[in-house]
Amino acid sequence: MPIPVTMPALSPTMEEGTLAKWSVKEGDKVGPGDVIAEIETDKATMEVEAVDEGTVGQLLVDEGTEGVPVNKVIAVLLEEGEDKSALDNFDPEAASPAPKKAAEEKPEPKEKKEAKPEEKPAAKPAAKKEEAAPEKPDGKRIFASPLAKRIAEDKGIDLAALSGSGPRGRIVKKDVEEAKPGTKAAAASAGGPSLTPSVDPRAFFEKGTYEEVPMDKMRKTIAKRLTQSKQEIPHYYLTVDCEIDELLRVRKELNERAPEGVKLSVNDFLIRAAALALKKVPEVNASFAGDSLLMHKHANVGIAVAIEGGLITPIINKADEKGLAAISTEAKDLAARARDRKLKPQEYEGGGFSISNLGMYGIKNFTAVINPPQSAILAVGAGEKRAVVKGDELVAATMMTCTMSCDHRVIDGALGARFLDAFKGFVEYPATMLM
Amino acid sequence: MADESFDVVIIGSGPGGYIAAVRASQLGLKTAIVERDKLGGICLNWGCIPTKALLRSAEVYMLMEQAEEFGLSAEKIGFDGKKIVERSRKVADKLSSGIQFLMKKNKVSVIEGTAKLAGKGVIEVEKDGKAEKIKAKNIILATGARARELKGVEADGELIWTYKHAMTPKEMPKSLLVIGSGAIGIEFASFYRSFGADVTVVEVLDRILPVEDEEISKQAERAFKKRGIKIITGAEVQKLDKGENSVTVHVKTKKGTEEITVDRVISAVGITGNVENLGLEDMGIKIEKGHVVVDKWCETDVKGIYAIGDLVGAPWLAHKASHEGVLAAERIAGVKDAHPLDVTKVPGCTYSHPQVASVGLTEAKAKEAGYKVKVGRAPFQANGKAIALGETDGFIKTVFDEKTGELLGAHMIGPEVTELIQGYVVARQLETTEADLMAAIFPHPTLSEHMHESVLDAFGRPLNF
Repeated sequence: MPIPVTMPALSPTMEEGTLAKWSVKEGDKVGPGDVIAEIETDKATMEVEAVDEGTVGQLLVDEGTEGVPVNKVIAVLLEEGEDKSALDNFDPEAASPAPKKAAEEKPEPKEKKEAKPEEKPAAKPAAKKEEAAPEKPDGKRIFASPLAKRIAEDKGIDLAALSGSGPRGRIVKKDVEEAKPGTKAAAASAGGPSLTPSVDPRAFFEKGTYEEVPMDKMRKTIAKRLTQSKQEIPHYYLTVDCEIDELLRVRKELNERAPEGVKLSVNDFLIRAAALALKKVPEVNASFAGDSLLMHKHANVGIAVAIEGGLITPIINKADEKGLAAISTEAKDLAARARDRKLKPQEYEGGGFSISNLGMYGIKNFTAVINPPQSAILAVGAGEKRAVVKGDELVAATMMTCTMSCDHRVIDGALGARFLDAFKGFVEYPATMLM
Repeated sequence: MADESFDVVIIGSGPGGYIAAVRASQLGLKTAIVERDKLGGICLNWGCIPTKALLRSAEVYMLMEQAEEFGLSAEKIGFDGKKIVERSRKVADKLSSGIQFLMKKNKVSVIEGTAKLAGKGVIEVEKDGKAEKIKAKNIILATGARARELKGVEADGELIWTYKHAMTPKEMPKSLLVIGSGAIGIEFASFYRSFGADVTVVEVLDRILPVEDEEISKQAERAFKKRGIKIITGAEVQKLDKGENSVTVHVKTKKGTEEITVDRVISAVGITGNVENLGLEDMGIKIEKGHVVVDKWCETDVKGIYAIGDLVGAPWLAHKASHEGVLAAERIAGVKDAHPLDVTKVPGCTYSHPQVASVGLTEAKAKEAGYKVKVGRAPFQANGKAIALGETDGFIKTVFDEKTGELLGAHMIGPEVTELIQGYVVARQLETTEADLMAAIFPHPTLSEHMHESVLDAFGRPLNF
């Protein structure tokens, strides 16, 4: 029997992807491990390998097709000895959750008479389920059309998680069809906040005075996740000034003696400082999980990397266990691959803490948006000479302002302050990072 | 009037334009409507309404002819073509003055004359050789359409008619050939047949009423043939030879060429939008195949200029135009709940005898769209009210999506089905499933009960046949 090849889930959050390129054509022989296609997810382009051996019988999705849902059949492999005729009676969609398929309808009268007992007597059970008006968690009635309710039930969608586009916010077929299967009320925003602004900006500008550029997957993901972050996470901000003259001196010294190819950046020091601070104040290193907190055992530190068309936050895992040279090498490699969009999902998903550094652009101070499931992000400004008071003296020192955005559900003010104090300690006395 | 400024100016006062004007005014917009002829447009003066008046005469006449069947006696049954037309014109006039009243009540300024776009936000209205300019923040084009003309079959008003001539005959023709079997062609065929004319319908496609469900077309063809209407499908009119008071029509059929000589020919081969002399091109408004191109909100490529109704394309129906009129007005006023038109929710009606009405997808279209369908049929022969009326020809067909129970489409032929279809229209609009339709209680004895039966039949459980 022909073997269906489905759209793989390349990461835990992937719901759909773009079929960027087919690496095989119909008739090609493939074996396990052979690359058959390139899939573009919201963050990266990845290769898909064949699992089975066979001949490519049919490619069902055109190159460049966007929004191919995970598990949708994208191609069919023929087993040894089979030719294309094996596809005639083969319904690849049977293996797929895609709802609509062309089906033969036999002359009606017959089917009518056949009304078998096991045939779903569509009216009854449905009517029963539809009787009780669904309610939102707050007990308010949900207005939804009968058809929307039926489809929601089939797809396993919680109506309470949706907002309706019908008259007076009634949930209609379109809303349910556009919702992702498995959408639950508790995780309402996991389905994602609406990307459509409540006021259409086109209303303010004359046509022709702007060019409308469609957003690619990365921009959409950024829009969705950061909107979600700001709507869901109670952010608050703590700012501290760090004096980095000593850090700069140590950096210079180390770089002068560093092995070939290693050149430490200020940021490398900050990654290590943050990792050590996370170890020292481990309560900060946590993720909010609804009714529990996930206390992370490792200090995995994300670094925001600006790339063309967006940004991505690759993660240096166990940064507390790595020396500055290792961190530096790894950070460079991750950033380079991020720019080529070649990162694997596990290299940018998760993490407990991130650093975003805009110092190189001369930014003095800013606040960053927390990148869920993390609980904090440190926004680092430029190191600059400032007049500071030491004792009773006014002296010049190189200062760097850092602002931490904290998720108040996880990190209370005093806790965040303790973390920043630890961080500042490592930064101002870099030798302590050796301990 | 000169240099007066409005929030919205609507060009054309048909069922699209005047409804847009009322809605715009309700929403607090300063509104004006420009009409070059009579308020109400084609629909009211030369279309929907006067033809319904004519068809009512035909219906009463048919009933009189069947008097005996009902235990009545009627002698010297006859008709006066002139008076039938007179009544039809009176009905139209009455409604036209009704619109005058509506405009006044809603404080819509009515401007008589021929409008033309004259630059951004400026409309030039010409009347009796005098032109004046008015200013408009928004413009809704609602100039409608006119009969499409086939080459070689151009209407002359004497021997070759469009719908307009067919509506005001000087005398009833003894024989008639209708080109085109859409709603307009079929209604006139039905009308003239009622008064005894020999009627032939020529359709280029392989069935009459080609936009309807195939089974409906088939049943309609049977019913019209039973009434003595000759129907030639898959046929094309090649040329016309005009005689003194007759026309010989050369019809190319599957079998060869046929020559049919008739008193009059009605050309009903569709319509084309009134896009000319409006200054559209100069404003950069796109026109394709005789229709103005708009987005889903009825807005043209030029911000602030909207177009609605027949001018923008199919389905060419008055109620579609009205709906778009409301949509455009609400869009201009920034109403949040405005929704684009969904053509699968627009019903279509043909007022022939028997009547035909439908909404949504045909069975074939539903399958084409990939649905696995459940189909119900309820014949009027099994309906008490239909038997009592003496009109048992026809049936109600419903098409459901098996998976979700969505009512995808409904198709009816038979008595008063044009009044019944709204039940299914509401059902579709509210997104009911078969469960709700089955649970609904229909009054007995009515024709509408059969709407219920059709739904039950789709799921293998009809109760009355």
